[in-house]
Amino acid sequence: MSTQQSFNAVVAGDSPPPPRRARESHARSWDGLGVGFLAKLGLMAVINALGLAAIWSAFVGGAWVLLGAMVVLLVVADWIYFTKRQVPLKYLFPGLAFLAVFQLFTIGYTGYVALTNYGTGHNVSQEQAVDALLSQNEKKVPDSPSFPLTIVRQDGELGFAIVQGGAAKVGTADQPLELAPDATISDTVVTAVPGWEVVPKNQVLSDAALADEVLALRVPLSDDAADGSLRTGDATIGAVYRSVLTYDAAAQTMTNTETGVVYHATDQGQFVADDGSALPVGWKVFVGLENFGKAFTDDTYAGPLVKIIAWTFVFAIASVVVSFFFGLVLALIYNDPRVRGRAVLRTLFILPYAFPAFLSALLWRGMLNANPDYGIINQLFFFGARVEWLDDPTLAKVSLVLVNLWLSYPYWFLVCTGALQSLPDDVQEAARIDGAGRWRTFRSITLPLLLVSTAPLLIASFAFNFNNFTLIYMLTGGGPRFTDTSATLGHTDILISMVYQISGVSGGRADYGLASALSLIIFVVIGVISTLMFRRTRQLEEVN
Amino acid sequence: MRKTLFRTAAALAAVTMLAACSGGGDTPADPTTPAAPETSAAPAGASGALTIWVDENRKPAVQAAVDIYNETNPDVDVELVVKNFEDIRADFLAQVPTGEGPDITIGAHDWLGSFIVNGVAEPIDMGAKAAEFETVATQAFTYDGQMYGLPYALESIAVVRNTALVDSTPATWDEMIAKGKEAKTKYPFVINTNGTTGDAYTYYGLQTSFGAPVFKQNADGSYTSEIGMGGDAGLAYAKFLGENGMKGAGNFSTDWTYDVANQEFADGNAPYTIAGPWAIATFTGAGIDVAVDPIPSAGGQPAAPFVGVQGFYLSSQSDSKLIANDFLVNYVATANVIKALYDADPRLPAMTSVADQVASDPIVAGFLASAKQGAPMPSIPEMGDVWEYWNAAESSIISGSAEPEAAWNKMLADLEAKLG
Repeated sequence: MSTQQSFNAVVAGDSPPPPRRARESHARSWDGLGVGFLAKLGLMAVINALGLAAIWSAFVGGAWVLLGAMVVLLVVADWIYFTKRQVPLKYLFPGLAFLAVFQLFTIGYTGYVALTNYGTGHNVSQEQAVDALLSQNEKKVPDSPSFPLTIVRQDGELGFAIVQGGAAKVGTADQPLELAPDATISDTVVTAVPGWEVVPKNQVLSDAALADEVLALRVPLSDDAADGSLRTGDATIGAVYRSVLTYDAAAQTMTNTETGVVYHATDQGQFVADDGSALPVGWKVFVGLENFGKAFTDDTYAGPLVKIIAWTFVFAIASVVVSFFFGLVLALIYNDPRVRGRAVLRTLFILPYAFPAFLSALLWRGMLNANPDYGIINQLFFFGARVEWLDDPTLAKVSLVLVNLWLSYPYWFLVCTGALQSLPDDVQEAARIDGAGRWRTFRSITLPLLLVSTAPLLIASFAFNFNNFTLIYMLTGGGPRFTDTSATLGHTDILISMVYQISGVSGGRADYGLASALSLIIFVVIGVISTLMFRRTRQLEEVN
Repeated sequence: MRKTLFRTAAALAAVTMLAACSGGGDTPADPTTPAAPETSAAPAGASGALTIWVDENRKPAVQAAVDIYNETNPDVDVELVVKNFEDIRADFLAQVPTGEGPDITIGAHDWLGSFIVNGVAEPIDMGAKAAEFETVATQAFTYDGQMYGLPYALESIAVVRNTALVDSTPATWDEMIAKGKEAKTKYPFVINTNGTTGDAYTYYGLQTSFGAPVFKQNADGSYTSEIGMGGDAGLAYAKFLGENGMKGAGNFSTDWTYDVANQEFADGNAPYTIAGPWAIATFTGAGIDVAVDPIPSAGGQPAAPFVGVQGFYLSSQSDSKLIANDFLVNYVATANVIKALYDADPRLPAMTSVADQVASDPIVAGFLASAKQGAPMPSIPEMGDVWEYWNAAESSIISGSAEPEAAWNKMLADLEAKLG
């Protein structure tokens, strides 16, 4: 009260403004006990400690982008909270940081993937692809026996000792296997070699650096490389391997040493020979806007895409409108004081809302089985007739909207009940006095007022249903399938379930690049629609 | 138990050492000689960490293997991460390249194709131990001459018969249906069709009896990428599906899902069904006695159902490849661990000696016999593309919504286009 008065006084110019104290940032101020400052200092210490820990683990893991992002976030945080200026940012920063981490990063990363050919066969970096190809094509020499193997060391250089034909042999990477007549053999395993230190298996297994060395060690059988070399995968058994592929990092080529075929790295992320044959493992490369074009030009997707976009809109709009009005009607009925036992009835109506949606969808799938012996809907309500709820394109769509109605009307019932109870009585009373009937009052007073508070929820619900993957996946799985295209899509697929199909995550043949491009298209569509609708909402508010 | 004992001993030792350090101020411990593991009384083993992905069902089985491993390697911290089996393949493909994946994952052999082209699986050298496994199991995990996984269990489907209703399973389809009708039950036969989605897997034994394998096979049994379902044999099978479908004899129905088919059989409404070992508990739990027989021939040739092999894959980006290899080759690939895996989660053991050991159970023996007659499910990368088209074609023929010949030919054309 007194603040208000002095403020008014200042504005009115009745008295001179109070002398302004030189304001110090509360970050550094030390008023009274300084509890607030200490609390902040403590909080910032914790944040800095967490940030430094994250930076350190990013450094250890070699995640440079993450490291950079963490450093920037931490520096900005410290700057904001220890400077005098930037008061608004002190409040906004946590939200902005979370927005950046959880939203912008995801969108950015999806955009990045959409520009690549990331998917099956192009899953790894080129370096990893080369490693994988080399290890896939380093093949055991046919009929090579397995040798019990001992790891030995001399002057820091590792070697293998094996027993071949009853005689011990020792060799290193530079020194092909040689007979070691002085070695001690017990039970077909070399246990000691003069001049060499035997490295126990446990030591190898327990030392990651040593284990890597042992895995990488190839001991040639002889001076002739064609004989192959000895390697081990578990430090106890060795076998003879021969590499079929050699990699030339400078020329970016893989050469098959048996056939002489040279495979060149292409900008499509694959090693391809002149005759067109390719090595199986490819890697991720940038393909530009190819994925965006594919969604609209590739025959397998272009036809279904149009139908699916149309159905996505129909499904989202119908779901929202139908369940909103059903919920509203129920809310109007049960808002009438003449209805007895309203509390109990309201609780009953909320029951469907309490079940997890995916479980309900699965139950409905069973209940809608066309065979009346299994599908309780046909048995109870259609006199045992065979109505193919989920197998007929039109009925499947109707089923989806009806099941979604069952799932979501309780939500609208709740929302509308709350909104109705908060409507001012005097306006409605005035309408009644002016001679408006029930319908007129509802249409001109109640509904517009109701829409002011529920329109944002309607838009959110539309966006949710636009991406209501769970219901589609659990109830129809997108089926029944289109019969006029070879795309594995169906009449009830919406955009998001189409993306899931194309991403091929379930089948093991994925195309994440294409799926990301489609996701971005969906994101843009929803963004545009939401913006337009919110504009309209503002017009609604002017009613008030 | 032993692990706990060892841990306690180690903790005691540590406390004693601390006490020694703090007590004897004038005799400082020599920092250059750390306690040598060789002198320790506890069993010396590797130390490090392994992460293994398993599904909920097989967690106890793998835990049993890990317990045996930890008896000799108590310092290896093995973490079992439970995932949905359906998610493992996609997650493995996505996470291995980032370095976040596991060292070892459980998986099915038909994932191998996509693991190869994505370079996420590492070859495993089992040495002489490979000979101890069933040939179909090692073959299934072999690609281009290299083994990429350690097989541990086989699965196959067979005819399951209600012994109270019928006394035997005839060798041909027509005879079986005739015998099933004599039992005067609601249906002579039920099979999981997976609703309108279709389930070519369960029907595959009937298909192969027409001589129409999904892919053509080389002489050594490995699959080529050439579709084998075309031609007269494939069309004959399509016609067979239509004749027995809902607009025909009604022996197949798209109303039957896994649950419905199993329930009808468990209720005694059908004397025969084609099912896997995983459904047996449902049947015996409902109080019926079952016997397991090979699938009868519908097209004149032997009915060869798919054999799936379950095994362990090694990640190509694992940081502990040696430990992982050691765990797989020297511990899991031993009879007692394979037996422990079987005891915890009964699937047909892939190791011959253990399979013989458990074949005294007639149901196990029945499925083993069916598996021996079966063909490994193709693990070539192309297989992933086939299912969707194949299931849909069969389902539309069975429901009668498409003409057998047209639907089958459209499937073949779509597959040709997709596989290139």
